[in-house]
Amino acid sequence: MSIQKPLSPAHRPAPLGGSLVTPVTVICALLSAIAVYILAKRFIFGLGAVTNINDGFPWGVWIAWDVVIGTALACGGYSMALLVYIMNKGRYHPLVRPALLASLFGYTLGGASVMFDLGRYWNFYHIFTPGLAHPDSVMFEVAVCISLYIMVMWVEFSPAFFDRFGWTGMKTLVERLMFAFIGLGVLLPSMHQSSLGSLLVVFGHQIHPLWQTPLLPLLFLLSAIAMGFAVVVFESTLATSGFRLKSETRLLAGIASVMNGLLAAYLVVRFGDLAVSGKLGLAFSSGFLSLMFWLEIAFFALPLLLLQGARRNRARCLFIGAVSMLLGGGLYRMDGFLVAYQTGAGWTYFPSLPELMVTIGLIAFEVLAYIVLVRVLPVLHPNKSEPAVAAAVAAE
Amino acid sequence: MYDDSAREDDAGLDVIERKLGMSRRNFLQFCTAMAATMGLPAGAEAAIAQAVATKERPSVIWLHFQECTGCTESLLRAEHPTIEKLILEVISLDYHESLFAAAGHQAEAARHAAMAKHKGKYLLVVEGAIPTKDGGIYCKIGGKTALELLKECAADAAAVVAIGSCASWGGMPSTKPNPTGSSGVAEVLGKPVVTIPGCPPNPYNFLSTVVHFLTFAKLPEVDHLGRPKFAYGRLVHENCERRAHYDAGRFAMEFGDDGHRKGYCLYKLGCKGPETYANCPSILFGDVGSGSWPVGTGHPCIGCTEKGIGFAKGIHELADVKTVVPPVSYPRIVEEQGKGADFASTATLVGIAGAAAGAGAVIARNLGKRDDPDQADE
Repeated sequence: MSIQKPLSPAHRPAPLGGSLVTPVTVICALLSAIAVYILAKRFIFGLGAVTNINDGFPWGVWIAWDVVIGTALACGGYSMALLVYIMNKGRYHPLVRPALLASLFGYTLGGASVMFDLGRYWNFYHIFTPGLAHPDSVMFEVAVCISLYIMVMWVEFSPAFFDRFGWTGMKTLVERLMFAFIGLGVLLPSMHQSSLGSLLVVFGHQIHPLWQTPLLPLLFLLSAIAMGFAVVVFESTLATSGFRLKSETRLLAGIASVMNGLLAAYLVVRFGDLAVSGKLGLAFSSGFLSLMFWLEIAFFALPLLLLQGARRNRARCLFIGAVSMLLGGGLYRMDGFLVAYQTGAGWTYFPSLPELMVTIGLIAFEVLAYIVLVRVLPVLHPNKSEPAVAAAVAAE
Repeated sequence: MYDDSAREDDAGLDVIERKLGMSRRNFLQFCTAMAATMGLPAGAEAAIAQAVATKERPSVIWLHFQECTGCTESLLRAEHPTIEKLILEVISLDYHESLFAAAGHQAEAARHAAMAKHKGKYLLVVEGAIPTKDGGIYCKIGGKTALELLKECAADAAAVVAIGSCASWGGMPSTKPNPTGSSGVAEVLGKPVVTIPGCPPNPYNFLSTVVHFLTFAKLPEVDHLGRPKFAYGRLVHENCERRAHYDAGRFAMEFGDDGHRKGYCLYKLGCKGPETYANCPSILFGDVGSGSWPVGTGHPCIGCTEKGIGFAKGIHELADVKTVVPPVSYPRIVEEQGKGADFASTATLVGIAGAAAGAGAVIARNLGKRDDPDQADE
């Protein structure tokens, strides 16, 4: 956002204003409060008091959803930075700051979720302490990258705060150094989103062969970037319709075509790998897991089929395509980390109600914080007119 | 002790082979066991061997009062060496009512003679409690009350040892309502004495104490109740072979139940091990190998060495744990392999999924309405 030329007033993000107390925010706040209560119980009485996790399933929905899927859903900022700053597609710049805000929340809460899941959470600093950390471990890379990326994102987003409070000196300073943070902001997610796939590689035969492959890091990275674009489409659609802003459909259509390219690459790699390693037959002979596999593939394939040609310019098709992409990417991760994961005979896991309520509360908190922040900080473009978008497209 | 300079000292040990009827090797093993039982430093076994082999046998006067002779019976079962060898050859047992061949005035005369001959040097051992009520008339020997006999013999003794719980603190005869006013030796004499409590006490605790006296001319270090620390320094609980069951929360709940048969901890059956100081689990009884002590055979410790516990608390009463109180919860022995889906979480998931799908459909429909003017523009 900083390396752009100063924007015209009409093109500049601004706080939306309006009431912070609405039915949606109240419900979200209530759900967040329930999660806080359950987490208090968890930190006082231990994991066993609220979760169904056991020795065979040492992680549950808090890791699979809150961390693995949560950070993938928070790849909007990463994908947009990749597109705008690395591919130099400046016309998508208006989408960067809202995407970044959502990413900021996704990652910060994902990082916090790791704490919820750590049995001995008071030892969390060990992973950052030389001598106590194990630099050879995949988990180490994931933990360090995610922690650093959270900090980098707060710096990337800080101009929004400086705008709000009028600290121009600070803003100038941060913007002068911003290129370095943007570079890191692309590097770090590339590293740990692929490493989340490496985590499963390390699990070996405990992951069903339909999911287990040395290409897991590549598949995780491709799908994470695609989910990043999908989430930008999803959020933008919800925000513009929810806050009754001018539609950003034309920008989103461009993003959807990039997403489709990634999706096609993903499917080619996924099926190519299965074919080369002779595992295609398993897609039909694995019972329940075959069903899950084809459900995933259906979610991945739907956007490819739906968002072709003129349909890409329709808000409804964009929305359905994005949701399908998010479901596919989410299910892929849920399958890899829980459904297709079997550590030995007899072990089972299904999230308990308190576990689910924490996850739901966390999502509610993200929605709540997003609504509050776009109302008080300059994130969205409230009065953006159609000609301004046209001008931006023409300038490109 | 096996270097050349010590070699000539061993000459005295040859006498032992004849005197005790045991081989030199066995005798040295006995001395080493004594030193180890008392926790003496390396080299002490050599001093003990020298002392037993060469020193003049100390005179011992052994009194019986209110008791069952269990202590003497227990002592008779000592095996290394057999106690009759020891009391006839290592010490000079000049008066002992149970073991005397003599009787009546002859026996009393022997006591008087020994007391006169070894004045200030003899060891007085007391077995049994002393009745003090009504002038001590409830126990008389040779026309004298236990009170008189004890005071008479203790006056010129080099040291007094109370063997068994009765002599140590009153023991079973002092159990309420204590009709004869039974008391321990220390209480009657009004001064601390060495006590070897237990019902019966382990014979090796007594033997070790005597041998310590013989070797170093003084009694071993004792605690505030006069008990040698080498034998009574630790709780039964601390060295109990069933301690791991206690720590893991595996208890026999009643006699003959599954846990009892599996050898679980007897704490909940009233075992007093957690509040009783004794070395029973370490040195066992009867020289027959492992398991030969009460808890080892499946009976709770009754705390026979402890005043106020043995013969005072009911066998079923819970011990007042002195060291580690049982935790509120225990590490699980059987690990659960996970629960399946329950109704609440499944219903919540389905509800959320339904709500999300509904909301998504509504949004998509509204977006469709919005699409139409967009398309009109193009």
